[in-house]
Amino acid sequence: MAEEMHGVDPSAGHDVSVQEMGAVQQFTVTMIVRRFDPETMEEPVWQDFDVEAYSTDRVLDVLHKIKWEQDGSLAFRRSCAHGICGSDAMRINGRNRLACKTLLKDLDITKPIYVEAIKGLPLEKDLIVDMDPFFASYREVNPFLMAHSDPEKGKERRQSIAAREIFDDTTKCILCAACTSSCPVFWTDGQYFGPAAIVNAHRFIFDDRDDEAQVRLKILNDKEGVWRCRTTFNCTDACPRGIQITQAIAEVKQAIMRGRP
Amino acid sequence: MAQQSIGSVLVPAPGTKYERYARRPRRFNLEKWAWIYMRASGVLLAVLIFGHLFVNLVSGEGVKQIDFAFVAGKWADPFWIVWDVLLLWLALIHGANGMRTLVNDYATRPALRRVLLGLIALATVALLVLGTLVLTTFDPCLGATAETAAAIPQCAIK
Repeated sequence: MAEEMHGVDPSAGHDVSVQEMGAVQQFTVTMIVRRFDPETMEEPVWQDFDVEAYSTDRVLDVLHKIKWEQDGSLAFRRSCAHGICGSDAMRINGRNRLACKTLLKDLDITKPIYVEAIKGLPLEKDLIVDMDPFFASYREVNPFLMAHSDPEKGKERRQSIAAREIFDDTTKCILCAACTSSCPVFWTDGQYFGPAAIVNAHRFIFDDRDDEAQVRLKILNDKEGVWRCRTTFNCTDACPRGIQITQAIAEVKQAIMRGRP
Repeated sequence: MAQQSIGSVLVPAPGTKYERYARRPRRFNLEKWAWIYMRASGVLLAVLIFGHLFVNLVSGEGVKQIDFAFVAGKWADPFWIVWDVLLLWLALIHGANGMRTLVNDYATRPALRRVLLGLIALATVALLVLGTLVLTTFDPCLGATAETAAAIPQCAIK
């Protein structure tokens, strides 16, 4: 994001001294949205909207203003709107981001902001894609605890802080698909498991309370598994939770070569 | 699966459904060994290629020294025959595997994919056989006349 921080609209007053303390800058921002209506269109088209926005607004707020005040037919997903549910991943100025975590002041608003659906998954309408293939590959890695022993009666399964630390990073995934839909290998034919599925496999492969790491390593030791990763790092750049995804994939590759986590 | 092209990447056309293929567990996984081969051969090739470039282009008289006699002189030494055989096999298979990966990624039509993979395999095998044949049966005096033989030390000795 750092390279996108070109500041704010120059007309919006750089003279901070004449502004009230805590005053919020207001400006007109142009948002160009890639629209698609499956009932009337063959191909998506770009449509631009001018919106009155504030420097405290996020891309999601601008989309809300478009939907509520200008064009109610605009379709996009959002649930919590606070970066937890992972519903509103979209391609903002060519990068996969959560609309609810992307502040206008971090974008160059002297230029239009381009917003489109994430790529590689079938487009359903406007910014909504069919997530079924994404969740299909997620389910295939058995993303749940598979333990053969019962914990001590009335107790929880104990785990040391060091053992928990090994897979801490990959517990943060919110399944927004920003990583998988930024992966050029996934774009080619959609058969690659994708970064998100491997991240969630990693979370259980390296969990010492789980007994079926071998099953998951076998699943990912596949033509469409970890070996299709070309370490492009698009996924790591796209992840709104800052997960070191490429590193996690490399750790799974090493585990497969070792034959154990 | 219908596709549209955006720039150089293929993404599903709007509204199309697609399914993931069923996974087939296999005992021998080519992709894993191909991945390991690319890394192992890459490390060896870095040494072999830079050694080759240094000996041919930098050491001695530099680039001007390269002619038939220079190559014949190198191949009189079994060390350089082994070096060049290794270079040939490692680099050709490394490159062919890279092209195979590209075809697997971007050739989505099964018939086209088979044809392209077949051509890569054919070219690789042909080049390996021809190259190895030259390296192992090389005779600098073959077909040399009295005049040209004088320029080649190995023939002059005979």
